[in-house]
Amino acid sequence: MNLSPIELREKSHWVWRETLAVHRRAPETRVASSLSSIEIFVALYYGGVLRFYPAQPLAEHRDRCIISKGHGSICMYPILADLGYFPMDELQRVCQTGGFLGGIPDPVIPGYETVNGSLGHGLGVATGMALGLKRKGSDRSVFVVSGDGELHEGANWEAIMFASQHKLDNLHLIVDNNGISMLDYTDDIISHGGLTERMTAFGWDCFEVDGHDVGAVQAALKKMKTSGEGKPKALIARTLKGHGVPGLENAPLSHIINPKPELIDSLLQQKA
Amino acid sequence: MSVKPLAMRDVLLDRIWQAMAHDQKIFFTSADFGSPVLDKIRADFPNRFVNVGIAEQNLINVSAGLALEGYTVFAYAIAPFITMRCYEQIRVSLALLSEVRPMNVNLIGVGAGYSYVVSGPTHQCYEDITLMRALPNFRVLSPADHVSAGSLFDRCVSTKGPKYLRFDAQVLPVIYEAGAPDLDVGFHVHRRGERVCLVATGYMLHTALKVAEELAAAGHSVGVIDLFDISNFAADQLQTVLSSYAGIVTLEEGFRGRGGVDAMMFEFIARRGLTARMLNIGVEGGYRFELGSRAELHEQVGIGPQFVLSSVANFIQSLAI
Repeated sequence: MNLSPIELREKSHWVWRETLAVHRRAPETRVASSLSSIEIFVALYYGGVLRFYPAQPLAEHRDRCIISKGHGSICMYPILADLGYFPMDELQRVCQTGGFLGGIPDPVIPGYETVNGSLGHGLGVATGMALGLKRKGSDRSVFVVSGDGELHEGANWEAIMFASQHKLDNLHLIVDNNGISMLDYTDDIISHGGLTERMTAFGWDCFEVDGHDVGAVQAALKKMKTSGEGKPKALIARTLKGHGVPGLENAPLSHIINPKPELIDSLLQQKA
Repeated sequence: MSVKPLAMRDVLLDRIWQAMAHDQKIFFTSADFGSPVLDKIRADFPNRFVNVGIAEQNLINVSAGLALEGYTVFAYAIAPFITMRCYEQIRVSLALLSEVRPMNVNLIGVGAGYSYVVSGPTHQCYEDITLMRALPNFRVLSPADHVSAGSLFDRCVSTKGPKYLRFDAQVLPVIYEAGAPDLDVGFHVHRRGERVCLVATGYMLHTALKVAEELAAAGHSVGVIDLFDISNFAADQLQTVLSSYAGIVTLEEGFRGRGGVDAMMFEFIARRGLTARMLNIGVEGGYRFELGSRAELHEQVGIGPQFVLSSVANFIQSLAI
């Protein structure tokens, strides 16, 4: 699937609405961090970046997409349903008995590759997959979507050093750099200021993008996928936690704030 | 003809090295931990060997990723580091993920118990049985000599799922001169006794056999069992063997009363309705910093042969009353 930037914007808006609707029905889900990553996932899945096969989620010839920021990927539920990984009806029973779409996604969900609820694991496992693909002689790629908050986990930096040492140019890290973890702005906790410079110093090829300009994200991802010979690649996407929701957007406690149902209803009406 | 004793790790690594020549699926990862035999793997299979550096969390994650890509992975490090430094990585990306996706990762931890004798508590390992047996889907294997350690290789390759191989760092005397024990059974009966049976794992099997011999000389016949598969032994068979005993003694080179083999046997006895009384031999108290030989350290913490001999003798007496 390779939509145009205009179509990608429409799709992103649809995903934004559906994500809010899921959260309206299942307030246990973390909505703010799921709103910052929408355009990243839309560009990956609809923008001609990833090769994927919904009827065979684990097909050998797929590109691997590791969703490390588990909580902040509720927007993947409507995307995966839309792409045919599971029926649309499942969106009606998120966090409900008998469903499989939980408050934090687990790898029982078709389309999820690894365990992501605990943060800071995705990149390390992805480096192992990237190394394995290289050693198998496969030309498939590995993409990892992580939050900036979870980069506080030291295991990430073990993987970051490993990936450049082993020239894993089939590995692509996308940082949903919304600048907020659970309790505060990351700048006020442990700052990731100069993340691009840091990653570059660690031997990665780095790109920056406005993470809500889906056309720009698509272009950056496509460029990344074909460049950076001998180096792992990182896309630092500047995003807003709680994007598009008044009171939530860029609020330091947005991770644990639930927008009121009436607010969600009015947003869904206004932006229909 | 006697078998020359070797290090457990060297025998297993040699089997891995031989197999890597024809099995392209085997990948070896190390957290900057070596051995002379590992040098052969590094030299001959550089594409399927990787040293992640002193980074056990990444050792587990990279190994998980390789396993997801279809490799049979052997991950190698010092026992306390490959279990405790990276426990959540093990839980999440091996124990939990293998519930959903087939993967074969074999953790080789070298340095069970006090086997790094003078390195102190950081490098010694008395908690790993408890921690690793707490994880569903994990198989915990604790051999007592190099013959049984080497025999685990085929099982590691043929059986999917994560496994923890708890290896001694020292060269131990050979117990299985006539051949490796039956891995399907998971335990091996070395001696049959009258009223008391010693159930030992790893290094403590050597202590158990020694104590049993001395007790025999004093007129007490005690049984000895090597429990080398702590998670997957043939439970019905073990029940049958143990049902004839009035007393069971567990022996482990790990903390006593903290969820190790002792707790496992308590559960087993209770669940199986056995009436035997228990004596648990394990490391008493907390972390210790005394220096000395392994035998001296063992006596200080309540798992040395002299202490075990007198404890078991008293236990036998108490059963007679």
